[in-house]
Amino acid sequence: MQQVITGKAYVLGDDIDTDQIIPAEHLKYNPSDPAERKFFGMYAMVGVPPAQSGLPKGNVKFVAEGEFTTPYTIVIGGRNFGCGSSREHAPLAIAEAGAKVVVAEFYARIFYRNCVNGGYLLPCESIQRLVGEVSTGDEVSVDIDAGKLINKTTGKTYQLRPLGDVKPIVDAGGIFAYARKSGMLAAK
Amino acid sequence: MASPMTVTEKILAAHARKSHVLPGENVWVDVDVLMTHDVCGPGTIGIFKEEFGKDAKVWDKDRVVIIPDHYIFTADTKCHRNIQILRDFVKEQGLKYYYDPDFVTGGGMPNPYKDPTKTSYKGVCHKALPEEGHVRPGEILLGTDSHTCTAGAFGQFATGVGNTDAAFVLGTGKTWLKVPPSMKFAFHGQIPPYLTAKDLILAVIGEISVSGATYKSMYFTGEGVGSLSLEDRMTLTNMAIEAGGKNGVCDVDEKTLAYVRARSNRPNWNVYKDDPGSKYVFSHEWDLSTMEPLVAKPHSPDNKDTAHNCRSVKVDRAYIGSCTGGKITDMIFAASILKGNTVKVPTFVVPGSTEVHADMKRLNIAGEPKGPGEKSIEQVLLDAGCNLGPSGCSACLGGPVDTFGRLNTPITCISTTNRNFPGRMGHKEAGVYLASPLTVAASALTGHITDPREFVSEPIATGTAGVV
Repeated sequence: MQQVITGKAYVLGDDIDTDQIIPAEHLKYNPSDPAERKFFGMYAMVGVPPAQSGLPKGNVKFVAEGEFTTPYTIVIGGRNFGCGSSREHAPLAIAEAGAKVVVAEFYARIFYRNCVNGGYLLPCESIQRLVGEVSTGDEVSVDIDAGKLINKTTGKTYQLRPLGDVKPIVDAGGIFAYARKSGMLAAK
Repeated sequence: MASPMTVTEKILAAHARKSHVLPGENVWVDVDVLMTHDVCGPGTIGIFKEEFGKDAKVWDKDRVVIIPDHYIFTADTKCHRNIQILRDFVKEQGLKYYYDPDFVTGGGMPNPYKDPTKTSYKGVCHKALPEEGHVRPGEILLGTDSHTCTAGAFGQFATGVGNTDAAFVLGTGKTWLKVPPSMKFAFHGQIPPYLTAKDLILAVIGEISVSGATYKSMYFTGEGVGSLSLEDRMTLTNMAIEAGGKNGVCDVDEKTLAYVRARSNRPNWNVYKDDPGSKYVFSHEWDLSTMEPLVAKPHSPDNKDTAHNCRSVKVDRAYIGSCTGGKITDMIFAASILKGNTVKVPTFVVPGSTEVHADMKRLNIAGEPKGPGEKSIEQVLLDAGCNLGPSGCSACLGGPVDTFGRLNTPITCISTTNRNFPGRMGHKEAGVYLASPLTVAASALTGHITDPREFVSEPIATGTAGVV
C-alpha cells in the first residue's frame, strides 16, 4: 500500500449511492474483460446530478466527456458514501478512472467491504466533515500511517480514523491476498 | 450459562462453529447458499477463475444458485452475452440450480415467455429464491445483490456481497463477517387494511435514516409482524438495506414453517429464537392502529411523509413491481383498488416472478383459484388500463434504455419499488415517490398522490396467495 497519496480532490455530498457512482445502464460491461473494464472509468460518477458534481461549485465532471480517466486522485464524500446496491462495479469504476482513495465521514458497509476485499480503493474515514473544508480541485495529500489529510491549497490538516480490523486486508491488497498470506488459501 | 444472544448472533455463532459470539467480533462462517445473477455473475466468475484457476470447481455445486433477472428484456447484445456467460459456467460446473431465460436466443428484443408456467426463467432472484426452495430458517444466504436481505423474513441471515466476496465463497464456501450489533423494531396490534409492510418499513427508515442501521442487524418483531403475511414480511426485510442494515430478520412462526416445508429443497433447518435479555443498541415500537399510509419523497428512501400530506403532488406514472412490491399479494392489493376503475396515468405492472405472473392468471382478486366467469388478477389490472410487462427487475433500477417502464424523461413516478436516489429508475432528474401498492394504485386512479383510505375500508383478503 502506498503510504502517502497526493493529488487533486473531487468533492461530493452525502448519501452518494452506487447508482450515482455507476448508473445501472452501464453494468452491461463485464469487469473481467479488460477491453470492457475501462468503460467503468469513463462512466464513473455520471449519475451524480450536475449541481452536486464537484462541490462547492458543482457542474464539474469527474471524468471529462469521452475520457477514460480522471484528473482527480482523492474523492471526498460526506455521510454514508456508497449506499444502495452491492455492485462491486462502484469502487471498481472510481479506481478504474484512476482515483486512489476516498475520504468520507462513513460508508455504507457493502461498498466499504468491496473497496477493501477487492483491493480497489482505500476507504478512509475523516473525523470531521470535510465537505465544505475541501474544494474540488484543491491539492490534497493523504498520509495513511500518520492518519492525516493535508489540504495543501488551504494549509489545513485533518485527522483520519485508523483503519482498524481491515488493516491487514488492506495491507495485503485484498481478501484473496490476505487469505494466501495468512495460509487460509494455498499460494497461487 | 452463556449470555443471551439475538437470532442473528445465534446464526453467526452456529456457522462459525462457536457456542457464542459478540457484536464487533470478526468470524469466518460457512455459507449455506450463494446466489448470483446476470449483472454480477460475469464479474464474479471472472474473479473466481483468476484466483482459483481456469479449471477450478465451485465448493459445492448444489449450493450455488444462479438466477438471471436484471437485464433480460432488452435488445442490448452485451446483456445477452452476460446470460451466455452464466449458461457456460453452469454447464462447465454442473450446477443444479439455474433458471434460464430460455427465450433469449439471439439478437434483438427477446420475445418473452408465452406461458409463465412453461419456462425455466423465474424473474427477480429475491422472489425466486424462496419459491424454488433456497431459503430456510437458521441458514446463511449470501447474494451479489443488496436486496438479498429479503430472505431474512424466513428467520435466516441473508446479506448482499460484491463480486470478490462472492468469488471467494464460490471457491471456499466461507466468508468473514463482523458480528453486527442488533436493533429492534417492534410492531404492536394487527395490520389494518389500508397499510402494508411497505408503510411499516418506510416508517422505520424515516425514523432512523438511510444510514441509521449501517453495520447493524435489524430485528422486526411483535404481533404486528406476526399479523403480516410471509410475503409482506419480505417487504420489511427487503428494505433493511435502505437503512444501511447488514441484515433484517423476522421471527419464525407457523406461516414461515408451512411455506418452507412445502418448498425447501433440503429437509432440515434450525429455528433460532431471540433470548430474553439479548442486547439491542436501539429499540423502537409502533402501534399499527395509529400509523398512516406513507411515502418516501424524492430523492431518498428516508424522506418520509404521509400520503395525505402529499395529495397535491401530481404523478405522471405509476409503477407496480420489483422484489419489494411485485409479489402476488402486492398485485392483489393493487387490483383490489383498481378493480372496475380506469387508471388516470400510465401504470406499469411487472410481476416479481413467473410464478407471480402465473398466479395473476390463475387466481381471482381474493387470492383463490378463479371460478368460471370470474376475472383473474391479471384481467382486473388489464381492464383498469395497466401496461403489463414480463417478470424481472425491469425499471426498478433503470437498466438499459429499452427497459419496460424505465423513466427516460424527468417525470414524476409513484412506485412500489425500494430506492429513489437520483437516477435510480432511469433519468437523474426524475422524481420517484416510494409507496405501498395500495397507495400507488390509489394514486394511479386519481393522478395525484392519494391516501388509500379513500378507497379501502374493508380488509383485503389474499386467500391462498403466497401462502405455500
